[in-house]
Amino acid sequence: MASVPVPLERAPGTSFVLLRLIAGRVGSALLTLLLVSLVVFVISGMLPGDAAQEMLGQSATPAQVAALRHQLGLDVPAHIRYLSWLGGMLTGHSSYSLVANMPVGEIIGQRLPNSLILAGLTTAVAVPVALFIGIYSAMRRGTFIDRALNIGTLALVAVPEFLMATVGVLIFAVKLRLLPSIMLSTEHSSWGEFLRSYTLPVMSLAFVVIAQMARMTRAAVVDQLNRPYVEMALLKGVKPGRIVLCHVLPNAVGPIVNAIALSLSYLLGGAIIVETIFNYPGIASLMVNAVTSRDMPLLQTCAMIFCAAYLLLVLIADVVAILANPKLRSQ
Amino acid sequence: MSAGGLLLPRSLSAQPKPRYGGRIRVASISSSTADTLDPAKAALSTDYVRVNMFYNGLTRYDRNLAAQPELAETMESSDRQTWRIKLRKGVAFHDGKPLTSSDVVYSLLRHKDPATASKIKTIADQFVEIRGDGPDEVVIRLAGPNADLPLILAQAQFLIVRNGERNFHTVNGTGPYKLAEFTPGVRTVGVRNANYWKHGRPYLDEIELIGIPDEVSRVNALLSGDVHFINAVSPLSTKRVQAAGGYEILSTPSGLYTDFIMQQKELPTGNPHFVLAIKYLLDRGLIKRALFRDFGFIANDQPIPPFHPYYRSDLPQRPHDPDRAKWHLAQAGLTGVRLPMYCSPAAEGSVDMASVIQELGSQIGLRLAVNRMPSDGYWSTHWMKHPLTFGNNNPRPTADLMFSLFYKSDSVWNESKWNNPTFDRLLLEARGEADEHRRKQLYGEMQELVSDYCGVAIPVFINLLDGYDRRVKGVYPIPIGGLMGYMLADNVWWDG
Repeated sequence: MASVPVPLERAPGTSFVLLRLIAGRVGSALLTLLLVSLVVFVISGMLPGDAAQEMLGQSATPAQVAALRHQLGLDVPAHIRYLSWLGGMLTGHSSYSLVANMPVGEIIGQRLPNSLILAGLTTAVAVPVALFIGIYSAMRRGTFIDRALNIGTLALVAVPEFLMATVGVLIFAVKLRLLPSIMLSTEHSSWGEFLRSYTLPVMSLAFVVIAQMARMTRAAVVDQLNRPYVEMALLKGVKPGRIVLCHVLPNAVGPIVNAIALSLSYLLGGAIIVETIFNYPGIASLMVNAVTSRDMPLLQTCAMIFCAAYLLLVLIADVVAILANPKLRSQ
Repeated sequence: MSAGGLLLPRSLSAQPKPRYGGRIRVASISSSTADTLDPAKAALSTDYVRVNMFYNGLTRYDRNLAAQPELAETMESSDRQTWRIKLRKGVAFHDGKPLTSSDVVYSLLRHKDPATASKIKTIADQFVEIRGDGPDEVVIRLAGPNADLPLILAQAQFLIVRNGERNFHTVNGTGPYKLAEFTPGVRTVGVRNANYWKHGRPYLDEIELIGIPDEVSRVNALLSGDVHFINAVSPLSTKRVQAAGGYEILSTPSGLYTDFIMQQKELPTGNPHFVLAIKYLLDRGLIKRALFRDFGFIANDQPIPPFHPYYRSDLPQRPHDPDRAKWHLAQAGLTGVRLPMYCSPAAEGSVDMASVIQELGSQIGLRLAVNRMPSDGYWSTHWMKHPLTFGNNNPRPTADLMFSLFYKSDSVWNESKWNNPTFDRLLLEARGEADEHRRKQLYGEMQELVSDYCGVAIPVFINLLDGYDRRVKGVYPIPIGGLMGYMLADNVWWDG
């Protein structure tokens, strides 16, 4: 059927443009990471107290603190500590945690998979639902169902997730006793336990990101639906569903993917509240731990991971947007 | 002469016959990457419970805060300076090796090495010499007489580890449970030690310890049946726990207090009339009722709680007397003075306490400002560093430790920097005093001195509140801390 053609073959310069973009992005990402690590190091150095004081606690004598400081290597000047951390990072030698009696890599290795599972499950639930809600309400724009979905998503964006999570726990864990109130799943758990454990945390997180993504999707799709080419297609007798899927979506994919990337980057570091309420051993609470115990190597590494994940997601969103957009692609 | 109470037989409890088997999950207030399997580094309630799962001490606390024999069968001394400890026979570590005097010597002496980063190095510094006398006897020589040694050795940090142990990546103790899993900041799992030296113990097959820092989540986890024992229940949550059915609050009287510190080395807070004005200003009943829902005891500006064996009961209770406070303020020439108070959620209840003091102060012409500081860094940057701050002191096992750590004039944590030579002299005298009656009298005099002249005001002693599932049996309070003085692993059974 003849419709607005979406060229499938790539214009000659596409891969070159993409490679240049990716190379440029990776370069600037490395620079950003370096700057972020420097900023985190300087700012965390301004916090009152250090790892030795925090470890010995309220009842430490100055002599004990000095001895521990020496043992931990905190008595060398700050710039040398930073450079040795940076050197370790570049040569792939994971530094040793000041507090936890094990290498930073090992701690992260225990926690990062947890965060990725939570983020992955939430994504798997949230993205399809959000896309469906966004597209559906855009197609039915102005109707009752659109307004209902609009108000619903707006309300969900406004409800803080700690409220969502706490109410969820009170109803499903304390009253009905259907689901656990805290994360109890371990690697030995069965699939049933795994699903039960993850239901409440994933739901609490998903509600917030679904609402945001759905609203952005709706806006992007509505924007395209008002364009002349849609009217043209309609006049030619193309069915509404086909218009949206084949013509509107490829054009709207840029902003949608951007919205998804932003929401997902939030799932890694921003899950701190959900991690606290469900006692979930993820990487966000690990970073908070690192701040309160002044464990600089661990703090730095967490900051690097969040920053890298964010940059990576934004890069992916840009690449997808370019690939989906014929105009950008042939540039 | 032997140490007080040490040789008494273990009292038989009135509880029904324990059952075997089952597993429980315990949630404590804190858990972080700083979690440790090294008793010397144990710092918080979670650590104390964890190390008590896997290790034993030479002595332990009973419900009256007296020392009971544990790995030490007897502890004797004629001059309270040189102590002879006879070790229990037939005790084995988890790897099967028998307990010998070398393990005890190593475990006690390692606290003196700064590289151990022990929390109680200052206490261990009084050990002048520790040596084994054959495999079953240990001799400890102290720098000066100390009748409290059996109580001191019952602290969690003094639990006995295997000779030469340094890494603490795993556990080799003599305790009731063996380590099955340990992930710092996540969970600790112990499984029943079938070769435990205490006949018939422990009762549970498995015990899991986790940390839930958020109070609401902790209570929810208890009420939804996901955990069976929690500590640090807020007084406000007690009604919720009791109303739920099937759950109980364990209220442990303790020597925990939050105190108002008035620096004595500077003016105007160092003026004795100012100190008394504040002490008469405190409405202790209101603080106990409003802040702690009556889970506590009214205090009298000195750190020995009413249930303590050395508590002096004939000391008159200082009343809430605004007129007298006003008079003292006028005597000090400080009517209308403006002063900032530094409080923080780090010192339990201090923010509310500061508001109460501010309100009461405004009625007698004292204009105090409440400066609320974040928990993070409060102890290192604010505590004792301004003229008016709040402190929060955990119960210590002996009156001597409490007074030596927080009231002796040359102590680092002499919070108000008060200096009373009579007090210092009495403290040293009491430490080596053999006669119990005389000792109690000396501690009584010290309580009076602190109450009248020291720059700290102590309104109430705060009870420690735990919540637990009624199917957990064998529960009773041990006033050194929550979770049965951190020793629940050794004591409870599951009746599910």
